[in-house]
Amino acid sequence: MNIGKRQVAVMGLAMSAVLGVAACGSDNNTASPSSTAGTATGAISCATGSIVASGSTAQKNAMDEWVKKYQTACSGSTINYQAVGSAAGKQAFVDGKIDFAGSDSAISGDQATSAAKRCTGGQLVNLPMVAGPVAVIYNLAGVKDLQLSAATLAKIYSGAITKWNDPVIAADNPGLTLPSTTIVSVHRSDGSGTTDNLTKYLAGAAASDWTFASGSDWKAPGGQGSKGSDGVTATVKATAGAIGYVELSFAENASLSTAKIKNGAGEYVAVSTEATSKGVSTAKVAPAPDLKLTFDYTATTPGAYPIYLVTYEITCTQGLAASQATLVKSFLTYTSSTNGQAAIADLGYAPLPTDLASKVSSVVATIS
Amino acid sequence: MSSESDGQGAGSPRGNGPPALKKPVSGSAHARVSPADLIFKNVTRAAGIGLLVLIAAIAAFLVIEATSALQANTGNFFTTTEWFPNASPPVFGIAALLFGTVLTAVIAMIIAVPVAVGIALFITVYAPRRLATPLAFIVDLLAAVPSVVFGLWGLIVLVPRMNGLQQWLTDYFGWIPLFSTDDGLVGRSIFVASIVLAIMILPIVAAISREIFLQVPNPHKEAALALGATRWEMIRTAVLPYGKPGVISASMLGLGRAMGETIAVALVLPASFNISWHILSPAGNTIAANVANGFSEANPIGRGALIASGLVLFIVTMLVNIMARAVIARRREFSGAT
Amino acid sequence: MSTTTIAPATSPGGMDLTGQKLSLTTLAAIGAGAVVATVLLYVVAPIDSKIQFVLIAGALYLIGQSVASGMVEGARKAVDRFVTTLVYLAFLLALIPLVAVLASVIAKGAQRVSYDFLTTSMRNIGARDAGGGIYHALVGTLEQIALASLFAVPFSMLVAIYLVEYGRGRISRTISFFVDVLTGLPSVIAGLFILSFYLLALNQNPSGFAGALALTILMIPIVVRSTEEMLKLVPNELREASYALGVARWRTILKIVVPTALPGIVTGVMLAVARVAGETAPLLLTIFGNDAINFNPFSGPQSALPLYIYSQAGAPQQVAVDRAWAAALTLIVLVMLLSAIARVAARFARVR
Repeated sequence: MNIGKRQVAVMGLAMSAVLGVAACGSDNNTASPSSTAGTATGAISCATGSIVASGSTAQKNAMDEWVKKYQTACSGSTINYQAVGSAAGKQAFVDGKIDFAGSDSAISGDQATSAAKRCTGGQLVNLPMVAGPVAVIYNLAGVKDLQLSAATLAKIYSGAITKWNDPVIAADNPGLTLPSTTIVSVHRSDGSGTTDNLTKYLAGAAASDWTFASGSDWKAPGGQGSKGSDGVTATVKATAGAIGYVELSFAENASLSTAKIKNGAGEYVAVSTEATSKGVSTAKVAPAPDLKLTFDYTATTPGAYPIYLVTYEITCTQGLAASQATLVKSFLTYTSSTNGQAAIADLGYAPLPTDLASKVSSVVATIS
Repeated sequence: MSSESDGQGAGSPRGNGPPALKKPVSGSAHARVSPADLIFKNVTRAAGIGLLVLIAAIAAFLVIEATSALQANTGNFFTTTEWFPNASPPVFGIAALLFGTVLTAVIAMIIAVPVAVGIALFITVYAPRRLATPLAFIVDLLAAVPSVVFGLWGLIVLVPRMNGLQQWLTDYFGWIPLFSTDDGLVGRSIFVASIVLAIMILPIVAAISREIFLQVPNPHKEAALALGATRWEMIRTAVLPYGKPGVISASMLGLGRAMGETIAVALVLPASFNISWHILSPAGNTIAANVANGFSEANPIGRGALIASGLVLFIVTMLVNIMARAVIARRREFSGAT
Repeated sequence: MSTTTIAPATSPGGMDLTGQKLSLTTLAAIGAGAVVATVLLYVVAPIDSKIQFVLIAGALYLIGQSVASGMVEGARKAVDRFVTTLVYLAFLLALIPLVAVLASVIAKGAQRVSYDFLTTSMRNIGARDAGGGIYHALVGTLEQIALASLFAVPFSMLVAIYLVEYGRGRISRTISFFVDVLTGLPSVIAGLFILSFYLLALNQNPSGFAGALALTILMIPIVVRSTEEMLKLVPNELREASYALGVARWRTILKIVVPTALPGIVTGVMLAVARVAGETAPLLLTIFGNDAINFNPFSGPQSALPLYIYSQAGAPQQVAVDRAWAAALTLIVLVMLLSAIARVAARFARVR
């Protein structure tokens, strides 16, 4: 078929032209020196090879930063973390497709049992690694410094309160003039660790007003769903009277107002990474090596911001292929170190409390 | 199959010239089937059967993966409107999702198909010849826009711009149940999602319709015009009847895409699980959007539930196609009289 | 608007020889009247939407013109004018979203596209870093699309040839039916199928090839259906003439029927390519994603443009969102380029 040949030739020529335009592509992005790179790299004891990991979207920015620092310091190493969602990450770990999973919640139940099969001679571990606050954002012209208690937030999200000038909100905000705008409560329409941690907080701190179960799917009726934290941010920004919850970095980048949240000590605390670290320090840690956290939302630690999420890295202490295990160990040693935790602080994450970080480090040290 | 019927039936949907002409053609040239012909025929047939095998494999996979989730379900899968497959015990049902899927896709079709046929007619009949190719190209460009971009554009640009129209519709036509709202709010509604979907399926329906209208034999058109027909009468008597089965087929492709679209709808709709005819209210969800929303945080039961919903979508497209086929079959007697 | 509407009135029809014709001025007057009436309506009942202003003005013009034409030129001509205007309106209506979407993509994307952006990957780019590019994703997308087309196009064309040229009876009807059913398959389900079949059951690792398999499933129904429609439209005379010359059936199909329908088939293939080039969901499950360059689609995770757009667009940092728009622009230009090339190729191959 000579017609076909000519056609194929033209196609081939064009394809190679398209590829040729950018034929000299490169992976070399190290040219732009980062200001903090020098200080952080000193502490890394390098390993080489390549590992793949996936899971939580909430820790994607932290991972990107860590991977960049690590790969810059350790030539010959490749760490590929893809944010596909916590449950998908855990499933991929169970399926043996990845070397560690990032997850907004600890692995447990049947999944833990099947995942543990990979850890021959060792143990399946949940390592708390990245902590961050959940900010409550709102769009209310002229209203700054909104203060909310857990009960009020629960009533807003359950639909018990529908107007911004409701006496319940006014009681939290003495001296603040509130408009009569209808409240549009915005939640995540996709399954999310952010939803899980917000609803855990509502259920833990305002059980009488929040009768819906907690979990990564939104269970309360009413309100509007929006896909992803970016979707929630966009919807809140575009809708007068809207309230939503997102990770801190989304709130900061969209320059939306954030509400102060009442903690167990009775203070209204503005969202910040330091206040979050204080909050995380109240969590109960399961005995090593599986460092699952149990949050205590009624703790009376002063200055603690009460709505936070902690994401885990899930891996095996033994049972990974030897070359992968060394790199996993080396990388997680870096991420749990003081330098590693400090590297992500200005990305809207809160450094782990020091004693928790050192517990994590000591478990990481047992990986082989 | 005899060579007789083979030759005669070639390209048969409209292959109905005078029988006297046909017989000698097939009879004389192809009284015997050459080995090459047989091989070629069997290769194409194998491909066709391969396609059936693929679809059977997908369907079997959907059924297998869905079964354990459906067994764990504590609600009625067909009547429940909630969707909590990750809870324990899991409760989920397809009712609200199916309703939203069909409603958005149907509205999208109502908007898109007439516009697409209009575009195809414009390009093939009305536009100056020199402009036709670039114009066709421009419309095809729409197909290249990734659905994430449509979703973002819909959410950030279209929704705020549509609020005026939606408010106006509900203010003045709110007495029609379709245009009334739950609590006066309009916004990220089924209506807007349908518009986004309509824009997304426009290029596919327009492009195939266009190619079909281009194939209308010129003698048909010229004959109509020579008889003094206006341009519209020419279109009505020569172009549309010839192209109708193709347009319906193109519309089915569009409908399939509208029902299967995931991310754009997931970004625009607020994912509420209720059955409501209020198409201007910020509410609604579709099967495919729900899969996009739920997949990343689904546990094994949740994943099975999403796959079960995919199976339902599969079956619904089947039903829609049965109906479309009935429509086409009724038109089949029409003869292009070549 | 009214000036463009009048243009076709001068083209052939044969009607102009007798009877009266609406003058351009009259049509302009009707157009102006429609706008004025809409403005009046605007004053009486507040309309706070531009879209609707245009819609109402268009509808009023349509009515006014039809009534005027009906009185002056007679009913047949009035209907013709009505349809003409409607067709023009449909086209303009389609242009609105097209221009709007493309304008936002170009406006937001163009400022970030650069030689660097096209030729670097995302390796070692942190969340706040403004640098980075799409080379790795571009390579991935091109390879995955090429592989998917390589699998889907010949296969689909064979299926279509079977359906049109040979297919009779139940098998053919069943195939044709299920092709349509396949169009409704949510793309994520195609990804799930490849995940469970190729990655889990056959125990393979995520790769560009796995992604291409998922995309193949999505391309097949579009290519089969459009090819089928185009083959059906090839006049039977062509086939019969070929048989009359003693050309074997399979040669007739490959040499006469397919080349005649080729431009239409290429349109179908390009639509399919355009459709799958922007698919995110199936790739998420099959190619895994990668920040570094991987030229080998058969081994190791790859990235792809839609996946890249999806993950960058969801990030909080503006630098990432900018990258997403620039990547979207690149993807559109890429598909446009491929489409243009395919069209040129089809023209070369066309039987005249």
